[in-house]
Amino acid sequence: MTRLLEINNLVTRFYTPDGVVHAVNGISYSLDKGESLALVGESGSGKTVSALSLLGLVPPPGVVESGEVWLNSPQANGRNLLEMSEAELRQIRGKEIGMVFQDPMTALNPVRSVGSQLMEGLKLHLGLNGRSAHSRALELLELVGIPDPHKRLHDYPHQFSGGQRQRIIIAIALSCNPLLLIADEPTTALDVTIQAQIINLVKRLKADLGMAILWITHDLGVVAGLVDKVAVMYAGHIVETADVRNLYAQTGHPYTLGLLESLPLVDARERKRLVPIPGRPPNLLKEITHCPFAERCRYAVERCWQERPLLQPISPHHTAACWRSDDVHSGLRLTENSLAK
Amino acid sequence: MTKQPLLRITNLKKHFPIRSGVLRRQVGAVQAVDGLTFDIYQGETLGLVGESGCGKSTTGRTLLRLLEPTAGSILFKGDDLSKMSKGGLRKIRRDMQMIFQDPYASLNPRMTVGEIVGEPLGIHNISRGVEREQRVDELLNMVGMNSYFAGRYPHEFSGGQRQRIGIARALATNPSFLVADEPVSALDVSIQAQVVNLLDDLKQELGLTYLFIAHDLSMVRYISDRVAVMYLGRMVELADRDTLFERPLHPYTQALLSAIPIPDPVREAQRQPIELKGEPPSPANPPSGCRFHPRCAYATQLCKDEDPVWREMGGKASASPHWVACHHAERFQ
Repeated sequence: MTRLLEINNLVTRFYTPDGVVHAVNGISYSLDKGESLALVGESGSGKTVSALSLLGLVPPPGVVESGEVWLNSPQANGRNLLEMSEAELRQIRGKEIGMVFQDPMTALNPVRSVGSQLMEGLKLHLGLNGRSAHSRALELLELVGIPDPHKRLHDYPHQFSGGQRQRIIIAIALSCNPLLLIADEPTTALDVTIQAQIINLVKRLKADLGMAILWITHDLGVVAGLVDKVAVMYAGHIVETADVRNLYAQTGHPYTLGLLESLPLVDARERKRLVPIPGRPPNLLKEITHCPFAERCRYAVERCWQERPLLQPISPHHTAACWRSDDVHSGLRLTENSLAK
Repeated sequence: MTKQPLLRITNLKKHFPIRSGVLRRQVGAVQAVDGLTFDIYQGETLGLVGESGCGKSTTGRTLLRLLEPTAGSILFKGDDLSKMSKGGLRKIRRDMQMIFQDPYASLNPRMTVGEIVGEPLGIHNISRGVEREQRVDELLNMVGMNSYFAGRYPHEFSGGQRQRIGIARALATNPSFLVADEPVSALDVSIQAQVVNLLDDLKQELGLTYLFIAHDLSMVRYISDRVAVMYLGRMVELADRDTLFERPLHPYTQALLSAIPIPDPVREAQRQPIELKGEPPSPANPPSGCRFHPRCAYATQLCKDEDPVWREMGGKASASPHWVACHHAERFQ
């Protein structure tokens, strides 16, 4: 596999009137060509900000303080994305990296037809003329399953339902055949049957077009059937990375375990009481030097309050930032066995 | 075991008029809720699921007569709410309360937590002064909050804590029936479990009856005793939660259940979703016959022509009745 994206030590802070918010605190991850990675975390964990940081889209008062973002592409040409000018980044955004944002109701321009929004990138990045952009736009609408594309091309966003709008946004993101698709909670605002349609679409497109996917979500259910690997974020840190199967079968971080235990299972007959994570996430206005999860963690020991654990390998393709990941590991195996009986 | 219905709903309808033109003449109606018949038993949690726009929230609000029903009757402990006068309603509203979805919008930002939780006690002339303060403290403790929070304002609290405040307010008048409209959807996963466990504990302690409205089917299975599924203003199926989730009789329920992702990659790989084509039609102009027929894989001419009857299917003697509205339900048994 060839490496497509590599992020090293990304730090993003927001300088608000109340103080400095430590939103992303030195995260690193990588993605191969055609691979899919889910960035999982709850609100405020820094998952969206970290994705915006790659693209130079962090809104003020946010600042990307340090880090490296390497993209293996013709436009990036071996340079750090964080050091590029706005004009250079524009050659990458929408062309080599496609983006889909959470809310399908606000991501489209309401006063322009979907056709003109679809063709914008085609003309700008691929230099297509009107006629070929038009026929490519029809192809794209067909690809994402909008019925009667030639009739609908001139329609405006309000004439489409939420699920259809999300498909159109995906079509726009795909229009220039990106190497990487960044999707930020693309199904959160949608109903479960429509969510299933969108997920099937993305899976099919990934297989057909061979693009890599960075899928940002809080939903561990969606993640299970969709991606190759997962990075779990908490308070601006990545606390666990794993192949998708390992993450669920041999969880290495107490926070990931907590997330899994707070989910009811739809196919569970016996009614096991949910185990919530006590308390709430830490205040990011302070820099946290100990383990950020310590105060909510039932595994916490003295050391967790003194030193912040770094990501350590716990098995092949599996890392966790926890002093007691071995105990977390074996703790879960016990419950799995008891479930099997 | 004979269960007593706390609420008996018969042919409940709520249509919203569509007006147009200079004279604002009615040109049609959004049939948000169109003929529901069901019971809610004493002490149970009835889960109500469906996709956005299917009428589940309208149902919840119409049951409490926060919306005027267009037709039908709502018997609550033997009284017909749909015909009750304002004064009578006010008395009975003590006994039925609501928990709202958005903990950020449902609390008045200019009132302290104590005022918010104590307000129903004033409105219903239940208690005042020191007595009211004591009751507020008691309510806050009941939902797992410290009573010294009573002097603070909603913005000082997180989403999960605000939802607890909303629950305390709903409990202030000692109701027996609560409508919870998506009470945890706005919360993070780890906080959802805290609130759901709280609702569960309160139900046991106080003997409450819930109508739990949600679109998260895993959560509904977890919390409910029975589950009802709505599609385009109609109820399509109602059964015990295990029966409904394991042996659904309506093709829509089957599709809905198959679409839920399972947080386990091994089982997730085996899941075979039934993909529904298209999207739900508009409730202002519902399809003829069975409202689900344009998207149903089993639809026949009969389904196009005739509205299926809401009927009881013979289940096992021990189970409570399995209701379904499908011409072809027998073939799924």
